[in-house]
Amino acid sequence: MSVKDRMSGNEAVAYAIKQVNPDVMPAFPITPSTEIPQLVSNYIANNEMDTEFIPVESEHSSMSATIGAEAAGARSLTATSSCGLALMWEELLLAASNRMPCVLTLVNRTLSGPININCDHSDAMGARDTGWIQIFAESNQEAYDNFIQAYPIAEDKRVHLPVMICQDGFITSHAVQNIVLNEDEEVQDFVGEYHPEEFLLNDGNPIAIGPYSISSYAMEARKAQEMAMENSKEVIIEVARRYKEKFGRGFELFEEYKTEDADYIMVIMGSAAGTAKQAVDDLREKGMKVGVLKLRVFRPFPAEELAEALKNAKGIAIMERTESYNGHGGPLCSELRAALYEHKVYTEAVCYTYGLAGRDFTVEHVYDIFNEVNDIVVNGKEYKQHRYINLRTKEV
Amino acid sequence: MDFDKIEIRWHGRGGQGAKTAALLLADVCFKTGANVQGFPEYGPERMGAPITAFNRISKSEIRVHSNIYTPDLVVVVDESLLHSVDVTAGLKEEGAIIVNTPLSEEEIRPMLKGYKGRVYTVDARKISEEALGKYFPNSPMLAATVAVSKVMGKYEFIREMKASYEHKFAKKPEVIEGNMKALTMTFDALGV
Repeated sequence: MSVKDRMSGNEAVAYAIKQVNPDVMPAFPITPSTEIPQLVSNYIANNEMDTEFIPVESEHSSMSATIGAEAAGARSLTATSSCGLALMWEELLLAASNRMPCVLTLVNRTLSGPININCDHSDAMGARDTGWIQIFAESNQEAYDNFIQAYPIAEDKRVHLPVMICQDGFITSHAVQNIVLNEDEEVQDFVGEYHPEEFLLNDGNPIAIGPYSISSYAMEARKAQEMAMENSKEVIIEVARRYKEKFGRGFELFEEYKTEDADYIMVIMGSAAGTAKQAVDDLREKGMKVGVLKLRVFRPFPAEELAEALKNAKGIAIMERTESYNGHGGPLCSELRAALYEHKVYTEAVCYTYGLAGRDFTVEHVYDIFNEVNDIVVNGKEYKQHRYINLRTKEV
Repeated sequence: MDFDKIEIRWHGRGGQGAKTAALLLADVCFKTGANVQGFPEYGPERMGAPITAFNRISKSEIRVHSNIYTPDLVVVVDESLLHSVDVTAGLKEEGAIIVNTPLSEEEIRPMLKGYKGRVYTVDARKISEEALGKYFPNSPMLAATVAVSKVMGKYEFIREMKASYEHKFAKKPEVIEGNMKALTMTFDALGV
């Protein structure tokens, strides 16, 4: 039996953490993710869960302690945002390369500067090559559902990698909306008990974690890690299917919304996908064949599946909530266009940067983008790649 | 609720509780079975800075995650914002604005940049001080919002708020009566 409730995204993730009841949570507060450790601390103080909470003095330490706890054999997690994630940089790589199936719940916030507390994806995107699986959410509901799937993915023997569960700072983290919650027991059944194969506190079976690796081994270790990331795709799909079977919700690598017969498809991640879907409904009423592809899993990057899903579109708008400063689009644009090229999908694909540092993104912006893509395809309008949307100054 | 959806924008100052009021409205509307959304937009993180909060209340699923630019209703929790913030920006003519002020509708209307729709004033300070002995504009402004927007009936609202206050103030039961009084006084003052 599911329960109808209303919660913010942070409350929803904290509630999922309570239901999963992991062993150890070290954390250091940072806006807008602070509520997550705060609410978990309340649950612990009220004896509603028995996770060991470790208050630490920085995010460098929270990630280190998460790795330490996970290495000891404990199911572990932490929460952070923005500069907190940046301060974990070194440890993020250690968590992945030591094959720690720990979880990080990230509430996406821009990186400095100018210093700003609002949403974009620059924090997660900055960590895209650290070896973590990255899963994004459109809503409080998806943040909740994704968190419950995190450990079954991470701890699978074919994977053994850390998982980052991302949601948009303030836009979903602080917005109260309707949500459907699963029963505690059903969540616990779904996630299962944690039985690590090899761990430090395993009496009689001593192992070393994180030792120096000479050149004759290090490259093979990297390859093994890369293979685990490749394997994780099928595990993510399996877990998503099992979740949908049990709870009736969710998507696999991405959600395809009215894309089947669409001339133009917007590829987008996170909360703005909901806004885009509304705009698609509005435009379809006016006879425009448009759709939205909401990318749920950014790492591993589903290159082949995306190319297949987009191959019949006449035009694609790739929506980027990060600035890469590489002079030709952000990470989603670069990787998606490479995927299209690799799979010989030669179609117009325009990169739009939107929503940096909390800049709003509305249904009207989606209308404008689809109209422009239409203009490009039908009338051959010349366009500039890597356009900014809703900029207050004129682009030159 | 006799309509499909309503969009509400709150203007307040950091620390005054406009965000809390928006979340409370989402909460109480949820109990009537509506789809709800309540969220703040933060500017600089400090007490007293202008903040905005938003509500979408709808019969169908809410997917849009942007701010609200053409609200049906605007609620101004701090009258001093009328001088610095364009509170009626995008406000629909067939909509309404509620201002927390001791002034009358006739006195406030000239400060609303020619807004032609309905204008309501609520003296939340007077109501709050009389009902609670302290100035907390939240309860009166929430009641005024429900009264003007008609997202739910008065009695349903009073009943749900009583349950909600009893839960929220389980350890401070002495404030429940005052808050309930503030709600009914607001409905009476607005004559709805």
